Amino acid sequence: MAKRVEATGVTAYYGSFKAIDNINLSVEPKTVTALIGPSGCGKSTFLRSINRMHEVLPGARVEGKLTIDSENIYDKDVDVTAVRRMIGMVFQRPNPFPTMSIFDNVVAGLKLNGVRRKSVLEDAAEKALRSANLWDEVKDRLGKPGAGLSGGQQQRLCIARTIAVEPQVVLMDEPCSALDPISTLAIEDLMFKLKDRYTIIIVTHNMQQAARVSDRTAFFSIERTGDPGRLIEYDSTQKIFSNPGQKKTEDYITGRFG
Amino acid sequence: MADRHSRSADVNTGGPGVTSSHARPVGATASTGVLDGRSGGDAPVPPDFRHNGGALGGGGSLPRRKGFGAENAFRGLTLAAGTMVLVIIVAITVFLIARAVPALQANEANFLTTKEWYATQTPPQFGIAALVWGTVVTAVIALLVAVPIALGIALCLSHYAHKRIATILGFLIDLLAAVPSVVYGLWGVMVFINPVKDFSVWLNKYFSWLPFFSGEAPYGRSLLLGGLVLAIMVLPIVTSLSREVFMQTPTANEEAALALGATKWEMIRTAVIPYGRPGVIASVMLGLGRALGETIALAMTLGFLNVISLDVISNGGNSIAANIANGFGEANEIGRGALIASGLVLFTITLIVNMIARAIIYRRREFTESAA
Repeated sequence: MAKRVEATGVTAYYGSFKAIDNINLSVEPKTVTALIGPSGCGKSTFLRSINRMHEVLPGARVEGKLTIDSENIYDKDVDVTAVRRMIGMVFQRPNPFPTMSIFDNVVAGLKLNGVRRKSVLEDAAEKALRSANLWDEVKDRLGKPGAGLSGGQQQRLCIARTIAVEPQVVLMDEPCSALDPISTLAIEDLMFKLKDRYTIIIVTHNMQQAARVSDRTAFFSIERTGDPGRLIEYDSTQKIFSNPGQKKTEDYITGRFG
Repeated sequence: MADRHSRSADVNTGGPGVTSSHARPVGATASTGVLDGRSGGDAPVPPDFRHNGGALGGGGSLPRRKGFGAENAFRGLTLAAGTMVLVIIVAITVFLIARAVPALQANEANFLTTKEWYATQTPPQFGIAALVWGTVVTAVIALLVAVPIALGIALCLSHYAHKRIATILGFLIDLLAAVPSVVYGLWGVMVFINPVKDFSVWLNKYFSWLPFFSGEAPYGRSLLLGGLVLAIMVLPIVTSLSREVFMQTPTANEEAALALGATKWEMIRTAVIPYGRPGVIASVMLGLGRALGETIALAMTLGFLNVISLDVISNGGNSIAANIANGFGEANEIGRGALIASGLVLFTITLIVNMIARAIIYRRREFTESAA
């Protein structure tokens, strides 16, 4: 259910602009890893290159090696869609499909995989919604539009949609930045719960959040605007926030920079 | 048709009203500012911070509300424009009905079921059955052919083609809409008729077991030709509107589908097409409106036989609008009234079509509204 993610020399470009340079980082299964750093330091770019969503943008490309349990997802003969099925993603802004009901949103990924049996879909939807702590709130209105939920509920709906296909790894790109504190708390609780089954990598601007939810933290930074982002320090969250090894990390987490 | 009316009405009332009411007060305050400056304490001071010594909140007494200002003038103007639409519609309807009724009373045949149209002879005998048939069949052929192609082009332009190529192609498609319908008619009856003739022979040879293609020669000036010419005319309408809505699909939704492991086509099916569906329906209805109302292209390409038959390849066929165009010149009083009556029927058909479209969109409103 959960796999190990290992990046070796990952470099990502937008056209000719190098966004991240030579990232080496290894994420253990069933842990939460937080990526922190100032805006534009490439943490989201790195996150998006883990499930090959980076290359969706025109002109964007990735170099280097990224393995999921020793399988390089950037091998030439790898099916991109299979990679993305294995590595789910939750986005910054809740993005349920606006034309679909709550139920259809949750099972959208399963339907894409050819699952058609109603009973299978219903079971999977309930399971995913329960895992996302949303079932009790929506069980009576599964046929209503997903976009009619509150922001926090929508984001949990998106998480349900992501885990309904039973991925190995779940990537979250600032999943709480558009949410109020209570919804944020609900999502953080959810991350604790999901950690038992998935490898979770989360990008966050909120350092308290990183400290609360993650086991390990990676600090990214840039020298100045226009330079590629680099991984400055990667260690256990406790170490990073109490006794960081690098001056830059310390400056950042104490608020002296960024 | 009705949809087009309401759209253009919105543009006429909303457009000038918004721009002028914004532009006007700026000019007015600027000029009063120069002329009377701070001198007049009792003059109606516009709510402009410059007059209050730079403080936005103001220091002195509150300026009086203007009795008659640009605001009221433009509200009246837009209101008048809006009312005018209603007046025009009512006037047209009244006129049509007033002219149609005497002709219908003089008609010796059943107006709804008769196929022949002898409105100018005495006694007048005419009915719209064959005309309605021809109108609907050509429109249906046009949509059957045009909509799949148009949606294909729209998706290609919005999601597959290289950006520069898409821009050029989109421009060319829009150019198709700018060609006058009389040119389509000429081209249809002089050039396009030949391949359609050959196509009809081929259809008849292999598919004559289908009632649509069982007709005898001569082929050419048939409902098929009319429908296909209409299809080309409808194509740009459906294409450019659909392309527009497909391009508006939020990137977030497209990425959500891709991140779930969708291929490009699956992404389009999951995120793009459902999102664009109301727009596509609207574009198809606009296209249908054009197809139903198209006059001169059909007047030039159809064969003018008032028959009702499933066969679409033999010479013949007539439509309401084409019949009006061809018959109006030589019609007498009753004949004109009869043509006006047929026009009312056409109006009713487009109205019904529009209502169906709106019902379809309305039924899904919960989902489309939250999409916006």
